[in-house]
Amino acid sequence: MNPETPDIAAQPAGAPRLRRKDLVGIAELSSEEITLILDTAVAMKEVSSRAIKKVPALRGKTVVNLFFEPSTRTRTSFEIAEKRLSADTLNIAASTSSVVKGETLADTVANIEAMAPDLLVVRHSSSGTCHFLSRICRAGVINAGDGMHEHPTQALLDAFTMRERKGRLAGLKVAIVGDLLHSRVVRSNVQLLTKMGAEVWVCGPPTLVPAGFDRTGARVTYSVEEAVRDADVVMMLRIQLERMLGGFFPSLREYFEVFGMTVERVALARPDVLIMHPGPMNRGVEIASDVADGPYSVILDQVSNGVAVRMAVLYLLAGGAEHETAA
Amino acid sequence: MPVVMDADRMSRTLTRIAHEIVERNRGVEPVALVGVRTRGVPLARRLADRLQEITGQEVPTGALDITLYRDDLMHNPVGPQPLVRSTEIPFSIDNRTIILVDDVLYTGRTVRAALDELIDFGRPRSIQLVVIVDRGHRELPIKADYVGKNLPTSRSESVSVRLQEIDGRDEVVIEKIPEEQAL
Repeated sequence: MNPETPDIAAQPAGAPRLRRKDLVGIAELSSEEITLILDTAVAMKEVSSRAIKKVPALRGKTVVNLFFEPSTRTRTSFEIAEKRLSADTLNIAASTSSVVKGETLADTVANIEAMAPDLLVVRHSSSGTCHFLSRICRAGVINAGDGMHEHPTQALLDAFTMRERKGRLAGLKVAIVGDLLHSRVVRSNVQLLTKMGAEVWVCGPPTLVPAGFDRTGARVTYSVEEAVRDADVVMMLRIQLERMLGGFFPSLREYFEVFGMTVERVALARPDVLIMHPGPMNRGVEIASDVADGPYSVILDQVSNGVAVRMAVLYLLAGGAEHETAA
Repeated sequence: MPVVMDADRMSRTLTRIAHEIVERNRGVEPVALVGVRTRGVPLARRLADRLQEITGQEVPTGALDITLYRDDLMHNPVGPQPLVRSTEIPFSIDNRTIILVDDVLYTGRTVRAALDELIDFGRPRSIQLVVIVDRGHRELPIKADYVGKNLPTSRSESVSVRLQEIDGRDEVVIEKIPEEQAL
């Protein structure tokens, strides 16, 4: 077994705690809280490697997954995380809920709350939905993606994957390439990575880079070569085909020519670069197949780590007690 | 702050327990040690060293973090929680005699959680328990197989086992908990 690392062997009295009901965004988290979530996720990852992939930590807790927008990866990941912690889970998709009958969001959620869930995991196409719900709900609210605002658990799993591979976040050069305008992933990632001391470069067609994006702390460039050069991590963002009717660029082929991640472009990065993508991928649009399946790709690690990070978030928000009973 | 066991005494106690383990199990063939985090882990490693000195055989050693199996996690709906660390059991526990190692046996609730967690890893032939100090006040029907020292205490006292690896010195101390914290 590994030698015990001294910094975690003794648990100092002033150890960081997650004293909050909700996880609405990365914006509200301190770097200590982010570190606590990532450290907890290390232990959670071990649970997923056992023959019996289940611990009783959230036994008797009810978690409702409220997905008002289609999602397979995030919903499945949350559901597996909830089940591995022994929580009772319930999935409500917009198409099967009373929303289609004209009920307001607040009424839908008030009705669910009346059945006393402990946590709500919410995905919605409108930015700010989770903030709104966190104020009216007694249950904790976890943001699983709201409009163009934030997707905090995605940023946490991305950071977990980088830290696992590189051993640190501070000082890494991270290039994020793609549709910055519509991406909640980039908003959460830039905030998290800059808080943790990484150097973040963002790149995309000028029509898809919001004005003033450099105020987030990221460096903005329109040259994918500049963004990728000497990068430790290259993260592609999905070109959201359903949003591309607005004429942001002439054609998907032209996008791939100018911004697509090819083997030639990856060669500009550091030799041990990590290639990441939050999924779902459009092969041949933002990423070439031989890069997506190449030796530097950690895209499937991101998916595995997503379960561990979501277990950590669920546990830290729903589990836990003030007092430590002596042996 | 009375010291009830010094470094010398602790070393002899561990040696004695190692001999008892060998005697009771007729060797260490099917034996593996699992320490309960935090202080059970270095204690298990020290016992493994002594068992190797006695028998010449290497005894597999693991670490158990019982945080996710605690029964007091849910008492506070939203609030601070103990840091969760990894359980590392790099061997199969099936058909082995598992020797669980912890520093202090008190209510028995930590051992209950450790037993539940161990059983999720397989089906050991048997599980035995080593503690450095048994201070009484059990709340569950649990008893230790190897005890360093029986220490009658009152609930208003706290017993701390300090170890070189974590605290910089080996000793067991007994302290009075201030009145307001005991409540």
